[in-house]
Amino acid sequence: MKRLLPYIAVAFFASVPLWLQDQYFLHTLVVTGIFVIAAMSLNLLLGYTGQLSLGHVAFFGIGAYVSALTSLGFSVEIFGLQITHEPWPAVIGVLFGTIVAGLCGYVIGKLAFRVRGAYFVIVTISFAEVVRLVSLNWVELTNGPLALPGIPPLTLGFEWTGYATLWGKAQNYYVVLATIVLAYILIKRLVNSPYGRAMIALRENETLAVSVGISVTKYLVLAAVLSGAMAGVAGGLYAHYIQIIDPMIFMFLNTVTMVIMVITGGKGTLAGPLVGGLIFGIAPVVLRSYVGPEVQWILYGLLMILIVFVLPQGIVPAIERWFTRKGGSASASKPAGLVLESSKGARS
Amino acid sequence: MTVAATGAPRPILAIEHVAVHFGGLIAISDMNFVVNEGELVSLIGPNGAGKTTAFNVITGFLKPTKGQVTFKGQSLNGLKPHEVTSLGLVRTFQRTSVFEKISVFDNVLIGLHRRTSASLFGTIFGLPRERRQEKALREEAWEILRLVGIEHQADELGGSLPYGDQRLLGVALALAANPSALLLDEPVSGMNASETGRFVALLNKLRANGKTILLVEHDMPMVMGISDRIVVLNYGRIIANGTPKEIQNDPDVIQAYLGQGVKHA
Repeated sequence: MKRLLPYIAVAFFASVPLWLQDQYFLHTLVVTGIFVIAAMSLNLLLGYTGQLSLGHVAFFGIGAYVSALTSLGFSVEIFGLQITHEPWPAVIGVLFGTIVAGLCGYVIGKLAFRVRGAYFVIVTISFAEVVRLVSLNWVELTNGPLALPGIPPLTLGFEWTGYATLWGKAQNYYVVLATIVLAYILIKRLVNSPYGRAMIALRENETLAVSVGISVTKYLVLAAVLSGAMAGVAGGLYAHYIQIIDPMIFMFLNTVTMVIMVITGGKGTLAGPLVGGLIFGIAPVVLRSYVGPEVQWILYGLLMILIVFVLPQGIVPAIERWFTRKGGSASASKPAGLVLESSKGARS
Repeated sequence: MTVAATGAPRPILAIEHVAVHFGGLIAISDMNFVVNEGELVSLIGPNGAGKTTAFNVITGFLKPTKGQVTFKGQSLNGLKPHEVTSLGLVRTFQRTSVFEKISVFDNVLIGLHRRTSASLFGTIFGLPRERRQEKALREEAWEILRLVGIEHQADELGGSLPYGDQRLLGVALALAANPSALLLDEPVSGMNASETGRFVALLNKLRANGKTILLVEHDMPMVMGISDRIVVLNYGRIIANGTPKEIQNDPDVIQAYLGQGVKHA
């Protein structure tokens, strides 16, 4: 059952555009999916290496801006040098956005992981703020607060297959779903490999991890690069789907949303960001008809506090424990909840 | 001389003129000793003599104020702990020697970190070479668990093991890094007699496999029974270095441990 669950979930979500009539709700699902990707990328850092990035939205926004600018083209003057870039296909834009966001992850990782814990949090917050100010004030490049409108939608295909431009919601929905599946597989493989184990070891006990030959900087920087790049993908998809971006994308609230998704879902679990992302992505739409947006934020805060108090590990580990306990009492005498998810997945 | 060198001691680890000062406090004043290949050497001394400090210096967790440590002829000065481990010199810790919230099996898998050459690319794309390596790693982890004798607890969390078994797991973690020399910091402290017996049996097995072992320990019967050589530290200084028998009869050692009350009696 447990092994089938991911396939059932994918099949279910793939069928959604076929029967869902409400286009607004489909739009909500696309945006939720994009945030789920961002939350998954944050989980790689926060969940597996234990480092909290409170500037994660920077990678998301950089992915969005780089992707948008690559596909829109721009002309700026730097130190008296005129740089003009002709518009490129949107797919190349997403690719560039991913690479640049990954590079930023590398730089931030190299700089920030000399000091860990609270200092890393501060460095990431500052980084996001700097990027936001740049996007706001470098008007020549980013249009500043006037936003970058008219970003072209993604165009997929090859010369021999013909091209399809993704104008519709359903098409974008499938692209996002496919990206989530890819990201999930990537993270799953990584976590069950020496790379992921090194990251978990550093989270659990750095001194001991170092004593068995694990390099702290190498694995933390690697996590930051992958995490940044993945957030960059999400940003790129966002830009080409919404087709307009402005510096509001760097709002601290967006980072907080990602953190809430990861923590309530269950940090350091594969399914955690998916579950948390779905809940906090869809909740605003469902709640909208009952309460105003201000009250909604209060409700999220309360929900978050409640979950952290009642299920400190998050929703996914709690459900897992519940199932282990039920299965354990029926079949085996093994104590419940003693097996970590990583070891179970690893042995399968 | 060199022709008949089969039995001659070959130094694998050399500590030369090492001094460690913490501000005005002299933790180690001038330490010199060697450990030969395949030897089991114990480092003993009263509390605060500088034994753990010596371990920290040897494994790169602490920079010596003066002097140097060489392992297999290579200077360890300036190397980071994980680089020292990569050379084949691996330690255990007095207290936190296992990953408490991770299963015993995964603990050992983490310990095997240094053994893999899996590429990130191959890992992400699930290439056959990486899959093969992962499978081999898992088999090796079972082997190490069996060697240490805790294979039936593979699924339990590191922190939920009984104390003695946690120490064994700590050694399993260190062994997984495939060390040629193993540094054990008070491995049997707090163990009961039967646990200590199991541990000594494990040490003998490791020696039979040709591992060099440097031991810090307070359990004197065990130290005297198992060591080839004993180095005695007191106030950051080596006061004796010899076989267990020589150490037991050394007047300086007796004075360090028992004081010199006899003279005044």
